[in-house]
Amino acid sequence: MPAQLVFHDLTLGYDRHPAVHHLDGAVARGALLAVVGPNGAGKSTLFKGIVGIVPTLAGSVDLCGLDQREVAYLPQVPDIERSFPIHVYDFVAMGLWRKTGLFGGIGQKERKQIHAAIATVGLTGFERRPIGNLSGGQMQRVLFARLLLQDAQLIVLDEPFNAIDAKTAADLFDLIRHWHAEGRTVLAALHDLDLVRARFPEVLLLAREPIGRGTAAEVLTQENLARARRMCEAFDDQAAECRVAAE
Amino acid sequence: MYDLLIAPFVDFEFMRRALAGAVVIAIGGAPVGVFLMLRRMSLMGDTMAHAILPGAAIGFLVSGLNLFAMTAGGLIVGLAVALSAGAIARLTQLKEDAALAAFFLVSLALGVTIVSMRGTNVDLLNFLFGSVLALDNETLLLMATITTISLIVFAVIWRPLVLESVDPEFLRSVSRSGAPAHIAFLTLVVMNLVAGFFALGTILSVGIMIVPAAIGRFWARDVSSMILVAIGAGVFSGIAGLVISFHAGTPSGPTIILVAGALYVLSVLVGRVGGILPRLLPRRHLEA
Repeated sequence: MPAQLVFHDLTLGYDRHPAVHHLDGAVARGALLAVVGPNGAGKSTLFKGIVGIVPTLAGSVDLCGLDQREVAYLPQVPDIERSFPIHVYDFVAMGLWRKTGLFGGIGQKERKQIHAAIATVGLTGFERRPIGNLSGGQMQRVLFARLLLQDAQLIVLDEPFNAIDAKTAADLFDLIRHWHAEGRTVLAALHDLDLVRARFPEVLLLAREPIGRGTAAEVLTQENLARARRMCEAFDDQAAECRVAAE
Repeated sequence: MYDLLIAPFVDFEFMRRALAGAVVIAIGGAPVGVFLMLRRMSLMGDTMAHAILPGAAIGFLVSGLNLFAMTAGGLIVGLAVALSAGAIARLTQLKEDAALAAFFLVSLALGVTIVSMRGTNVDLLNFLFGSVLALDNETLLLMATITTISLIVFAVIWRPLVLESVDPEFLRSVSRSGAPAHIAFLTLVVMNLVAGFFALGTILSVGIMIVPAAIGRFWARDVSSMILVAIGAGVFSGIAGLVISFHAGTPSGPTIILVAGALYVLSVLVGRVGGILPRLLPRRHLEA
């Protein structure tokens, strides 16, 4: 299977402090990869690096022919300003950005697509509801409807099942499985290790640096998880400069 | 009724000019105010309004009450402060609100000092509180031009601006238009503050943006309707403020803002979206 995503000695971070350190490896086209690790392990930073929101400090991300703007990205819900007065319909319509850009109109065909995406996530009837009035699970469904409209080959999901009910999580996981069946590449940052063991064929355990990569049984061992926890300490302001790249 | 509401505008040309000025800044300022409020940048608006003062004052120092010099000075210094307050917050440990507060106090002090070097106390009062009753054709034309440009630019940056306000990370993942839209928005804020500065002065010009926007929040559930309510509230405050100040002999700029303030208090109490009374009134619950 050809690669969809290749990391070359990738280091990402903020203010010279790496949050992801020297990551190498490839993700095959059509893969369903869970990215796990303790809080502060660099999962969100890695995803933001893939979509170009966080600049690389060293190394590179190769999207194998895709433009960065063709990657569908699910940000964490806390990063969204829920008090902004916008309706579900308009919010979901943002998923058409690549087609409409600044001025492109939304015609009959696009309106149908928007309604279909809202229906797929089970929110028909919520179109005129302000996003601020939705529950956590409903908001996550709205975000998935927007992803559906993006129709992307590479989809990165940052904590897609955080703080939502079991029914919503199951429905949304069905969508992910559907994307996987269609041959799209899906990366998801997750905390629920039982879910990862049960549903994800491939796992990357991250703790700023890659700790393990393979099947859940190979990677999610007690030893690896303990090592990952030890490595995720706060930024050390007195840290010495990294020598790896220079050697 | 005619004598009370219409006659002042029919009989006096300065009142007609003031009316045109008040309407124009209300229309231009409403969308700016709504986005300042929704992006939690109301304090930023206030700071920029004060930052215009030293710029306009330098223009005044160099070439007296020259419209072009004062406008150019206000725009340049206003924009410089907007950009550098953001940069200081990003590059140093200081939080943006502290950086803004520092700029706003220094700007006010500097502006008042510069105006006092050349002008009289009347000039100073005009700088601080404006002179909506003394707008000449040139100034009115400038204000109308700013409002026109402002509405056109809003139409252009509407989508990225909305998206950047609600989900900035997503916008950055699909487009590079967030930063240019943000800078265009800051430019619009400064331009509208300069327009407001001539009518309402440095201290009150931000009032005709923020207060109507805050009123809009209590009556509308989406951005476009909020802007329409804000325009209505701003225009009404302009007209009512001028009529009241004409009859009661109160200073016109502050009266306009006071009318807007009264509408705001009313909206807080009875506004249908989150007003206090509608929340307290016992109402029967819905079916499902």
